[in-house]
Amino acid sequence: MLEVANLEVVYHDVVLVLRGISFRVPDGKIVALLGANGAGKTTVLRAISGLLDVHHGDITKGEVRVDGTPTHKLTPTAIVGTGVTQVMEGRRIFAEFTVEENLRVGAHSSPGERTDNLSRVFDLFPVLKERRKHTAGYLSGGEQQMLAMGRGLMSNPRFLLLDEPSLGLAPLLVQQIRDLIVEINSQGTAILLVEQNATMALSIAEHGFIMETGKIVMDKPADELMRNEDVQEFYLGLGGAGTERKSFRDIKHYKRRKRWLS
Amino acid sequence: MTEFLQATINGFATGAIYALLALGFVIIYKSSEVLSFAQSGLMILGAFWVVYFSTVLELNFWVALLLGIILSALIGVVIERSMLRPMVGKPAFSVAILTIGLNIALTVIGFDLIGVEIRSLGDPWGIQVVQMGDLVVSRKDLATIVSSVIVVGSLLAFFRYTRFGLAMRATAIDQETALAQGIPVARVFAVAWAIAAGLATIAGVFLGAGTGVSAAIGVRAIRALPAAVIGGLDSIPGAIVGGLIIGLAESYTVTYQSEYLAFLGQNFSTAVAYVVMFLVLLVRPYGIFGTREVVRV
Repeated sequence: MLEVANLEVVYHDVVLVLRGISFRVPDGKIVALLGANGAGKTTVLRAISGLLDVHHGDITKGEVRVDGTPTHKLTPTAIVGTGVTQVMEGRRIFAEFTVEENLRVGAHSSPGERTDNLSRVFDLFPVLKERRKHTAGYLSGGEQQMLAMGRGLMSNPRFLLLDEPSLGLAPLLVQQIRDLIVEINSQGTAILLVEQNATMALSIAEHGFIMETGKIVMDKPADELMRNEDVQEFYLGLGGAGTERKSFRDIKHYKRRKRWLS
Repeated sequence: MTEFLQATINGFATGAIYALLALGFVIIYKSSEVLSFAQSGLMILGAFWVVYFSTVLELNFWVALLLGIILSALIGVVIERSMLRPMVGKPAFSVAILTIGLNIALTVIGFDLIGVEIRSLGDPWGIQVVQMGDLVVSRKDLATIVSSVIVVGSLLAFFRYTRFGLAMRATAIDQETALAQGIPVARVFAVAWAIAAGLATIAGVFLGAGTGVSAAIGVRAIRALPAAVIGGLDSIPGAIVGGLIIGLAESYTVTYQSEYLAFLGQNFSTAVAYVVMFLVLLVRPYGIFGTREVVRV
């Protein structure tokens, strides 16, 4: 169980980005974290994986716990050791390296199981096996995303944090990535999925959280979120109650209504 | 022709020494983005340890060399931990100034330990020469070239094939991503300093081999900086090529300048490194192999 309790994060000692976030990712489940730009989703992931330092961020309150043990004071290296690995937004592959070297970097924390993990990753992403000697920078966007996910899996994590895996991919590839996430999950890895693409995320997640300006404003099972009128309107683009086109007055109404009361 | 070949071999030997020093510079810069001006200080201190182990403690030269390298590497780690770690995130300029201060401190300590006289290293090469046809090559120069090839080759193999070498390269490309993969970036910095200090010691030993170690070798080490700059600060092949270019340029200047460019006066060879750097930077401001900065105007 990966738990975030009352987390408060401040950047540069002044910018309060997370104001008391709490949620949990049970073992072996997919949990979606949704929200608009700037809501603080990536900050949540950084806080979990210990990468706040790089961005001059600090956890001022609260805890991150893996199986009850606090991990928010550990180094990123130690956190990877506890079985939590983040796949960062924008893929961030090592472009000059070959595909295989990228995967070897991912295996840094568990050199003993490298061969096993490598064959598992190659089974999941056969295309990476085909291109193992290619320079990673020349892969297509979808392949690079697969490489980033594969690299994260090389440490054989129990919790995989995926930051916008659908970013910048064509709809068909988004589907493929979605299926792969389900596949990875079915092999026993719990997934915390941060997404802008709410339709995709909620279609596979068990549970969903919606964040807005540093707070969790909704916390429901994914199918309930899917049916929720507000979520449909603001995140799924289904036009809410009415399906006819909106007038400007309705847009004002939209702003008024976008204060969650749950 | 003989004269030219002779100068070329000498140039390769000096160039190899510059290349070793420049490599240390580049490895530190690549991994931690610190411009370290402490290389010559590390070199003097490292050379002293070898002198100490081999002539004062009277150990076998190779054992002394190995101990000297290990001790220098440890000093490199200590320096990184105690002085550079607190500077993480501070402006590059402040860190560079810190390393200049560090260099002064190391140099003074080194001078003090070495003393005023020239200290023999007890190396097996001495001032003997090998006759190859018309060429007269000092054994020390041959040893320098051969050892540098071995050292640089094993270093490249380390970066290419080992787990930690790969981690160091990954850190050089993208620190945050490296951290996210569980790479201990702090340890990578420490190892970079250890390698740089070790390389500086080897360079110091070859500078002092034969003629002996004196405080003056530090002046020559400073010329490894133009070598790194010519190669392009962030390129390992660049450091090697840059070192060789400077070495050859110096050697040719020593041989031919008095004949063709006598008006430049004596000892122009000590300045030629900077002239070469100036010319290279005019044409390629990012160095021969350096990454071209993409700046939008």
